[in-house]
Amino acid sequence: MSPWLPILMAVPVVGAIVVALLPKGSDKLAKQLTLLFSLLTLVLTGVMAAGYKPTGPRFQFAAEYDWIPSFGVKFGVGVDGVALVLIALSVVLVPIVVLASWNDADGVKTADGTIVAPKRSVKTYFSLLLVLETMMIGVFAATDVFLFYVFFEAMLIPMYFMIGSYGGAQRSYAAVKFLLYSLFGGLLMLVAVIGLYVLAGSKTFMFPELVGAIQDPAMQKWLFGGFFIAFAIKAPLWPVHTWLPDAAAQAPAGAAVLLVGVLDKVGTFGMLRFCLELFPDAAKAFTMPIVVLAVISIIYGAIVAIGQTDMKRLIAYTSISHFGFIVLGVFAMSDVAQSGAALYMVNHGFATGALFLAAGFLIARRGSPYIKDYGGVQKVAPLLAGFFLIAGLAGLSLPGLSSFVSEFMVMIGTYSSEAHGSGALTVAAGISALAVILAAVYILWMVQRTLNGPTAEPVKAFKDLNAREVWVLAPLVALIIGFGFFPKPLLDVINPSVQATLTNVHVPTSTIAEKGTGQ
Amino acid sequence: MESEIAQIAQYAGDGVIGLSWLMIAFPLVGAFILLVFGRFTNRWGHLLGVAMSLASFVVAVLAFMELIGFGEDQRRQAVHLYEFIPGMVDMGLLVDPLSISFALLITGVGSLIHIYSIGYMSHDEHRRRFFAYLNLFVAAMLLLVLADNYVGLFIGWEGVGLASYLLIGFWQFKPSAAVAAKKAFVVNRVGDFGLLVGMFVIWTSFGTLAFKDLGAKVSGAENGVTLAIGLLLLLGACGKSAQLPLQSWLLDAMEGPTPVSALIHAATMVTAGVYLVVRSGAFFFPEGSGAALAAAIVGAVTLLAGAIIGCAKDDIKKGLAGSTMSQIGYMMLGAGLGPAGYAFAIGHLITHGFFKADLFLGAGSIMHGMNDEVDMRKYGGLRKYMPVTFATFFIGYLAIIGFPLLSGYFTKDGIIETAVHHQPVLGWLAVLGAGITGFYMSRMVFMTFFGQKRWADDAHPHESPSVMTVPLMILSLGALGLGAYLVLGGTLYTFLRPAVGGEATPPVFDFASTPGLVTLVLVAIGAAIAWVKYGRAEVPAVQPRGSFVTTFARRDLYGDALNESLFMRPGQWLTRIAVFFDNRGIDGLVNGLAAGIGGTSGRLRRVQTGFARTYALSIFIGAALLTGALLLVGNI
Repeated sequence: MSPWLPILMAVPVVGAIVVALLPKGSDKLAKQLTLLFSLLTLVLTGVMAAGYKPTGPRFQFAAEYDWIPSFGVKFGVGVDGVALVLIALSVVLVPIVVLASWNDADGVKTADGTIVAPKRSVKTYFSLLLVLETMMIGVFAATDVFLFYVFFEAMLIPMYFMIGSYGGAQRSYAAVKFLLYSLFGGLLMLVAVIGLYVLAGSKTFMFPELVGAIQDPAMQKWLFGGFFIAFAIKAPLWPVHTWLPDAAAQAPAGAAVLLVGVLDKVGTFGMLRFCLELFPDAAKAFTMPIVVLAVISIIYGAIVAIGQTDMKRLIAYTSISHFGFIVLGVFAMSDVAQSGAALYMVNHGFATGALFLAAGFLIARRGSPYIKDYGGVQKVAPLLAGFFLIAGLAGLSLPGLSSFVSEFMVMIGTYSSEAHGSGALTVAAGISALAVILAAVYILWMVQRTLNGPTAEPVKAFKDLNAREVWVLAPLVALIIGFGFFPKPLLDVINPSVQATLTNVHVPTSTIAEKGTGQ
Repeated sequence: MESEIAQIAQYAGDGVIGLSWLMIAFPLVGAFILLVFGRFTNRWGHLLGVAMSLASFVVAVLAFMELIGFGEDQRRQAVHLYEFIPGMVDMGLLVDPLSISFALLITGVGSLIHIYSIGYMSHDEHRRRFFAYLNLFVAAMLLLVLADNYVGLFIGWEGVGLASYLLIGFWQFKPSAAVAAKKAFVVNRVGDFGLLVGMFVIWTSFGTLAFKDLGAKVSGAENGVTLAIGLLLLLGACGKSAQLPLQSWLLDAMEGPTPVSALIHAATMVTAGVYLVVRSGAFFFPEGSGAALAAAIVGAVTLLAGAIIGCAKDDIKKGLAGSTMSQIGYMMLGAGLGPAGYAFAIGHLITHGFFKADLFLGAGSIMHGMNDEVDMRKYGGLRKYMPVTFATFFIGYLAIIGFPLLSGYFTKDGIIETAVHHQPVLGWLAVLGAGITGFYMSRMVFMTFFGQKRWADDAHPHESPSVMTVPLMILSLGALGLGAYLVLGGTLYTFLRPAVGGEATPPVFDFASTPGLVTLVLVAIGAAIAWVKYGRAEVPAVQPRGSFVTTFARRDLYGDALNESLFMRPGQWLTRIAVFFDNRGIDGLVNGLAAGIGGTSGRLRRVQTGFARTYALSIFIGAALLTGALLLVGNI
C-alpha cells in the first residue's frame, strides 16, 4: 500500500477547505494559498513520478481501502504510464491556470466602463479549482471502476459552477448544455457499470480483476456501448460535440483550459483503458464505425473551425479535430498509434492550454472574443503576439513542437496498422493527413486577422504581457518545445502501458521491431 | 558501369564531424538569445546573428576538410545524436558529400547575406528580430540537409517554412505581406501532405525512415510502392521549390525584405525540393523510373512557366522570382534524370545560389538607393549612379543567361545536354527556356541600368555602403568562376558520386555540342530582341496594355485565378455550409429533442436562463436514486 496517491488527492481538497474558510475580504490570500497548494501538489507529484518504474508492474503506487464492502466497492487507486502522464498534465496545468485566472473572478470591464462580467466570489472560484484538481487526480488514478465513475460524474459539479457562475454572457445556457450532455452519457455509463458488476459476477469493481471477465460477445457489445457513448460525449466526438464550443467559449479562459485540456481527456483515457481492455471483442467489432466517426471529427472539426468568428469557439473546434486524432489512435489497434494517442492527450493539453490562455489575455484587454475586433496586435504587444503565435503553431502541429510527434505517431501508426481492416485504416490515415492543410488555414488566418495588418483603433491601447502573464505562458511554451524535440521521457513511460493494453486486447505489439522489407 | 552508393558508416573519429551538430546549434542559440532577450540585444543583435552564422560556416568548412581526408568509400559519416521516438526514429546527422555541399552553400552564402543585411536593414527598428529569424532559418535549413532520416529532414523542412513565413510577413503591418506569408505556408502545407503520407508509406513498407537502413532494403527497381512514394515526395518537393502546380506562393513571397528573397526564396530554401529528390534518388527516383520522369516533366514545365512569367514583370523582384522558379525547374529536370543529372542539378543549385543571391542583393541595393522603388519602368540609366551594383549585377546576369565560361554556362548546359541525351523532348524545351531567359534577363538589365532615366523627382540614386557591396563582389566572384571549377574535370561529379551514385568516369564537358550551340544562338537572339525593345527603344514609364499573351504572363499564367476558383471559393462555401449545419442542424436537433422531452420550448428557455442550478440538482438526485437502487439490488 502506497500512501502517495491518497496524499496527492488530499492536498488540493485540504487547500480548498482552507481557502473556502477564509474570512471575507481576503481575496488576495485566497489566490496565494490556492497557488501554494497547487504548487505543493505539483512538487509532490514530481517526487512520486520520479519513483515510477516504467518496466515495473502495471499499476504502481497502488492502494486499496474498503469503501462499500457489501458490494466490493473499494477506494482503489494506482497508476500506469498513461494515467501517470495525465495526472502530471493536470497538476502542471492547475497552478498555471490559477495564475492565469488571478483576476478572472474580479469582473471584467472594457476600457469604456462596460461591465462584461460582474465581480464574483474569489474564494469560491479558487476552492472550486482545487476541488476539481483532486477529482482530476482521482479519476485518472482510480483502479476501481465504481470509483472512476464517481469521479467521472463528480467532476461535473465544480466545472458546472465555474462555467455557470463565472462565465460569459451565455454562461447559463452553456453550463446546462454541458451538464445535460455529460449526465446523459454518465447515466448510460452507470447502467453499464452495474451491468459489468452483475455479469462478471465476481463481486468486485477492481479493474484488474474485471479484465477478461466478460466473455460473451453480445454482452460485451452492450456494455461497450454504454461506456463508449459516455466517453464519446466527454471527448467529444462528432456528432455529440456541440456542447463543447458553447462551454469553452462561455467558460473563463482558465476553466476552459481544464475543461478541454484535462476533463475531455477522461473520455479518451476511458476509451483506452475501459472500452478496449474490458471489452476487447466489442472494441474490435466496432473499430470501423468508430474510425469513421474519428475521421469525420478530424476533418469536420477543422472545417468548422475555419469558419468561426469567435476565438474561443475556434479553438474549441480545433480541439474537436484533435480529439478525432486521439480516438483514431486509440482504435487503430497498433502500438505506435496508441502511444501517439496517449502522448497526444498530454501534448494537446499543453498546446490548447497555451492557446486558450493567450486568447484569454487578448480578450481580457479588448473585452471581445470576436476576431474582427482585433488586428495589428503584433505592433503594440509583440510579446503577447509571439506567445499567441507559438501556441497557434503548436495547435497546427508544427514539427519541432510537441503536438507534431503525437500527431505523426497517430497517423503513421494508423496507416501501418496490421489490424483487421487495415486497408480502411490506411485510407483513414490518408484522409486525416489532410487536416495538416486545414490546420494551417484555421490557425494562420486567425493570426493574420488578429495579430497582423494595421493596428485597430481599440487595440492601440493594449499593454504587452505583464510578469504574471509571462509566467503563465512561458512554462507551457518551454514544455511544448522541450517535448517537441525530446518526447522520449514521456514515451518511455507511456509505451509499456500501451503494450499492456494491447496485450489485453490480443493485438500483437511487435509491429515496430518486425517491420521488414515491403517489396 | 553504375557504381553502388557508398555505405553509410558510423563516425568513429574524434574530429569536427562528430561536432557537426554545432553547425545547427550556433544559429539556433543565436535565434534563441535574440528572441528571448528581446530589446536588450537591440544594440548588438545583428552582430551576434552574423557571428553565429559565420561560426556555423567555420564548422562546415572544417567538417568538409575532414571529410575529404577520408577515402571515397568512407565519405558518408553518420553521427548519432539521441533517440527521438523510441523504436521508430533515432535522431542523427549524416555528413556526406551531398549534405556538406549544401551546408557550405547555406552557411557561406547565408553569412554573406547576414552581413549585407546589416546595411540593408539599418533603418528598420526591428532589425534585431530580423536577424533572429535569419538565424532560425539557417539552423532549420542545416537540420533539413544534415538529418540522417526523413523525420529530422521534415522538422527542418517545416522549420524553414516557419522562418519563411515569419520573414515574408516581416512587415506584417502591411496586409499584403501578412496575406503572402499565410499563403506561402498554406500552399507549402499541401506539399507537406505529400511528404507526410510519403513517410507513412515508407515506414509501412520498409520499417525504417533512416537513409542508412533504406539503402539495404530498397532494391532500386521500381514497383508500385516506390512509385507512389516517389510521387508523394515529389508533391512535397513541388511545394517547397515552387514547382507547378504549387508555384503560386513564390511571387507573393517577394513581400519579404530583399535579403530574405535572396537567401530563402532564391539561394537555399526553395532548392530543398531538389535536395529531397536527389537524396531520395537511389531509393525512389531511380533512373528511368516513372517518379523520376514525373520530376523531370515538372521541372521542364516549370522552367518554361517561370521564364514566361519573368518576361512580363515590371517589378524587379517579381521578375527575379519568376526566374528563380525557372532555374529551379532546370534543377528539378536534372534531378529527374538519375545519377547522370544529379551532379549538374546540384552544381546548378550551387552556382545559382551565388548568382541569384548576387542578382537579388543587387536588386536590393538598387531599391536601397531608390526609396524602395521596385518598378523597373521607374529605373533607367542607373549604371552611372551605382557602378559597383551595376558591375556585380551584370556578372550575375551573364552567369544566369549562360554566357560562355561563366558559372551558369557550365551547370545549365550540363543539365540541358544530359536532358537532351536522356529525355530529348524535355531537353529541347530546356533549350527553349534558355533562350527566353536570355530575353527576360536582358530586358531587366536594359530597363534598369541602360536607357534614359525615368525615376521620380524625389529619387536620388546612390551607391550602397560597402557592407552591402562587398558581399555583392564576393558573390559575383562565385558567379564568375565557380561553374568552371565544379564542372570542368568533373570535380563536383567525382565528389558527389559516393553519395548519389553514377558511372565511375565523369562526363566530359563538350564545348561544341549541338544543344549547347543552339542554346547560345537562342540566348543571343533573346538578348537581341530585348535590346531592340528595351535597350534601343524608349521604355514607356507606364505599363502598356499588351496582348493577351502578355496579360497571361503578367497574371502568373492564371495560377492564382485557378486556385481561387478550384479551391478557395469552393472551400469558403464548404466552410459556410459546415458552420451553418453545425449551428442549425446538429445543435437544432439536440435543442429540439431537449425541448420535446421538456414538453414545451418555453420550458427549455427557462432552463437555459434561470433554473440551471435547480435542473442540475434534480439530475444529480436522479443519479443518486439510481445509485441507491443499485445498492438495494446488490443486497438482495
